[in-house]
Amino acid sequence: MASTTLTPEAVEARVGAALIEFGADPGAISPAATWEELDIDSLDLVELAQMIEDDYGVELRESDIEQLETVADAVAAVIERAG
Amino acid sequence: MVSAGADGRRPGCALVTGGSRGIGAATAATLAAEGWPVGIVCRDSAAEAGRVAEAIAGDGGEANVIVADIADPATPDRIFAELEDRWGSVAVLVNNAGITADGLAPRMTDERWSSVLSTNLSGAFRMTRRALGPMMRARWGRVVNVGSIVGRRANPGQANYAAAKAGLEAMARTVAAEVGRRGITVNTVAPGLIATRLTENGVGAGLAEAIPARRPGTPQEVAACIGFLASERASYVNGTTITVDGGLTA
Repeated sequence: MASTTLTPEAVEARVGAALIEFGADPGAISPAATWEELDIDSLDLVELAQMIEDDYGVELRESDIEQLETVADAVAAVIERAG
Repeated sequence: MVSAGADGRRPGCALVTGGSRGIGAATAATLAAEGWPVGIVCRDSAAEAGRVAEAIAGDGGEANVIVADIADPATPDRIFAELEDRWGSVAVLVNNAGITADGLAPRMTDERWSSVLSTNLSGAFRMTRRALGPMMRARWGRVVNVGSIVGRRANPGQANYAAAKAGLEAMARTVAAEVGRRGITVNTVAPGLIATRLTENGVGAGLAEAIPARRPGTPQEVAACIGFLASERASYVNGTTITVDGGLTA
């Protein structure tokens, strides 16, 4: 865990790579993009949370995940909690 | 995405709970014969489990015994960490561990009820939950629950056991629907009367006449079905229950 670089840009790139793996359109990914716009569903978010925990040591509970609506929300959650 | 090796088998290992005897032991041997390194979990029969592992090694396979109580919520992390260190992720999980604490419902104590639910159902759920993360990342996984025809057909004196076994089927269906698109299947095998230590002690005596096959099944016959569900060949079988009962419930 926590071996990955912890800058907003690096986290955004890591989150973006995961979203593409889940099937999101790479051209549609931006900080303001919502999960709905990216066609990211609840199982994808569970997997994203697992990836964040593995890579950054940040534990996101189910209630935390429910609060995230956009790519920027996820990046901010990682930066805030890993700091 | 984790791709298959030359023999079609994915990286990682298999894990069988309650693997020291009966269906669990036969399943461990079957999966080892398919090429899986197998973690054999047992609660208090380490010597027997050790003999299962030795037999697997004698046949050219790999097996490791882990002593653990499935009812303990801390158990899954400990078991999975040990296997992940040794062989990589658990790609096949067989939830076979089960206990009985029979008694007619009017006199069944809370302790008897909850001990069976705790091991047979809650324990299986926690093991499954722990297995799913790595399986999702690998885009491949097999979970097989060992249920029972008692989960579908009355067996007086086993309200707790029947509820747990029916619960395993329901859990498998739901989890299968949740994670199916990640290449993970979750199924249940429901054995009927199987020749085990229980039947040797007279349990099920007289039932053979009611079985179209006219005999109890063998642990190997159940393990063969589990082996199929754990294989690549069963990739489109998901969220279902396969009955292995010689036609008893047909």
